[in-house]
Amino acid sequence: MRESLHAEWTKLRTLASTTRLLIAAAALTVAVGAAVDAATRCPSGGCNDDPAKVSLAGIYLGQVVVAVMAVLVVSGEYSTGMIRVTLAAAPRRITVLAAKAIVLTGLILVAGAISVAGSLLAGRLILPDHGISPAHGYPAISLGDAPMLRAAFGSVLYLALIALLSLGAAAAVREAAAAIGVVLGLLYLIPIIAFTVGAPTLSRHLQQIAPMTAGLAVQATTGPSSEPIGPWAGLGVLAAWAAGALLLGGLLLRSRDA
Amino acid sequence: MTTATNTTTDSRPPADPPIAPGRDRFAYLLRAEWTKFRTVRGWIVAVFVSMVLTVLLGLFISSHSHIAPCTTGPNGGGCSYILPNGPGGEAVTDTYYFVHRALTAEGTITVRMTSLSEASENGQNPQGGPAQKQPASVPWSKAGLIITAGSDQGAAYAAVMVTGSHGARMQWNYTGDAPGLAGDVSAASPRWLRLTRAGDLVTGYDSADGANWTEIGAVTLPGLASSVQAGLFVTSPGSTTPTNQGATSASGTSSGATDATADFDHVDLTGGAPGGSWTGTSVGGGSESPYPTGSAVGYRQNADGSFAVTGSGDIAPDVTDGVGVSVLFTGLFIALIAMVVIGALFMTAEYRRGLIRATLAASPRRGWVLAAKAVVLGGVTFAAELAALAATVLIGVPLLRSSGNPVYPVTVLTEARAIVGAAALTAVFAVFALGVGSILRHGAGAVTAALTAVVLPYLLTAGIAVLPTGAAQWLMRVTPAAGFSIDQVVPAYPQVAAAYTPANGFFPLAPWAGFAVACGYAVLALGLAAYLIRRRDA
Repeated sequence: MRESLHAEWTKLRTLASTTRLLIAAAALTVAVGAAVDAATRCPSGGCNDDPAKVSLAGIYLGQVVVAVMAVLVVSGEYSTGMIRVTLAAAPRRITVLAAKAIVLTGLILVAGAISVAGSLLAGRLILPDHGISPAHGYPAISLGDAPMLRAAFGSVLYLALIALLSLGAAAAVREAAAAIGVVLGLLYLIPIIAFTVGAPTLSRHLQQIAPMTAGLAVQATTGPSSEPIGPWAGLGVLAAWAAGALLLGGLLLRSRDA
Repeated sequence: MTTATNTTTDSRPPADPPIAPGRDRFAYLLRAEWTKFRTVRGWIVAVFVSMVLTVLLGLFISSHSHIAPCTTGPNGGGCSYILPNGPGGEAVTDTYYFVHRALTAEGTITVRMTSLSEASENGQNPQGGPAQKQPASVPWSKAGLIITAGSDQGAAYAAVMVTGSHGARMQWNYTGDAPGLAGDVSAASPRWLRLTRAGDLVTGYDSADGANWTEIGAVTLPGLASSVQAGLFVTSPGSTTPTNQGATSASGTSSGATDATADFDHVDLTGGAPGGSWTGTSVGGGSESPYPTGSAVGYRQNADGSFAVTGSGDIAPDVTDGVGVSVLFTGLFIALIAMVVIGALFMTAEYRRGLIRATLAASPRRGWVLAAKAVVLGGVTFAAELAALAATVLIGVPLLRSSGNPVYPVTVLTEARAIVGAAALTAVFAVFALGVGSILRHGAGAVTAALTAVVLPYLLTAGIAVLPTGAAQWLMRVTPAAGFSIDQVVPAYPQVAAAYTPANGFFPLAPWAGFAVACGYAVLALGLAAYLIRRRDA
């Protein structure tokens, strides 16, 4: 396992795209979050805005970069043929996948922590000028608040779980373009169906099982929320998706020829 | 051991007719690209599977779509009601209080209006204070004169009115609207209104003093019977407060029913049928209407000949109570994702396998290769999704009706535009992905860029309440997702206050304008790809 970890870390570390994608994920998350902060208007108070959700809105774009990076960790090896070398050197394929998952999770946790910290800092600086201020009943964004800390911590975990989901999907699908199509389909499609279906109960159930809407419920910090699911339960739903994807990917990786 | 007995050198016809050089070269390229496309088994399977899923998801939505009035409607769970249709065929709301007399083929009705006030029906006025009459604050509360073919819902009409905050207006046949005098009505600043009928022609006037009259508009109501009803009407659509965009389709506004009351005097009718008297009717006020109707509607005729009339409802096109046929197109997102992946791979797979070198050696005019790929990919996508959508609509619309949803009646042309446009839009997005794939030469990157540019703005605008409304609407103008406006089947009317959001099927750009934006992105991507494919070594 240690050798596998070392090998995966070396492979990932020496790829130029790794650094680029990690920086892109963090930069996009913070930039989009800041743009949404700046576009928010609450001149007279009484708005429904949740400061955590608004300042962390960049995660909708940042997660896409995270997903691409996770997919390439597996699919990149298939497209170059590297996977045959990897599996020849480490015949215990589940170990290989686990090593990839661990190294990837570590990197995403670091990048995610930077993204979330940057987004919240931007929100703390920008939002008070746009009506999300103590005068309107919104305290300044601070990690000292339990809900805000939960939103921040949960968002970092969310990105890591998205990476694991993508990793599993890529191990199952192998082809990079198809794998990212599957991942984005899972993320985008279920919420779209949920708001098209008119029946409120069904719509709510769909949002409860969709990896994105359930997982991001962890960001809710204001009042009795309209979230479809509780914060940690929602993250649990996403964790179940990630575990399922990794399980499927692991089984297929073991049973198929590379 | 047998020896070959085939002595003729080649008696079979050639498998493919020879290709003439020059003008047929593009046809040759097309055939080459079509052969490449159809011989990748995974892609053909993906096309068919996504077609089937598109249909199934459309049917799932149609059988699980219960819009709000249906669950709370007068007939309970097994509800089914039909929206009345106006003379133009559109779905309308036609609920108001009407104090009327019969009018013959020629005649004039004149009135002076001195106040328009309203009260909320649920014990709270629209601003949240106690329920009491106060100056009209619902922008499209309406009171004035109307000449109508009858008191059936959906009847042809022409009316002049004073509105809550849009001044005096003339409106006719639900969709027609013309502005008159600006400003609110009060005892100090009354409004005189006049409607003149001459056969099919109805002309509306307003005046501030009853002496100097201004024509607001003249409209022809074809086939108006010789005896019609003319009189005073009052209606109020209720307060509609746009809220933050909701996560479900039904939300987007919070509304409260209101009753409007107007005071009229100097009522003067010429050309009335002999022996007629004023009668009060609550038009559309029965249980068949989903519209909140007033509990206190009615009228009072005072000894001095003045009237106080209270009404609730609206006379306008209905943009909130039905579902558009495009709700069935949701399954198309599955096809969209599949075709974007295939579109990106159509180019990037050639780079990865090295096939691109053979392709470009066979056809050194590289721009044409790209064009041939775009035509094949676009053609296959359009044909496949058009077939899928046609099947979805054929089965889905009756299913939608049978599960109690009033489907907006739209013209054949509008419906065809939405269906053909949605299929064409999927093809445009697939070609966009082809262009991005050719630019990036990286399959995963191309799929991510294309899907994020197309689907994420739509999702964030219509489905997930995180962006400020202004920013969300702006996204639907400038990103490729603007193309989804081709699905809009019911227009947004400036004279109807409603939540015109993508979640409710209304887009900031006109259908063809939005489609043009999406096409612009595809052309831009293809153009850049054509430039780069010539400049770069394969």
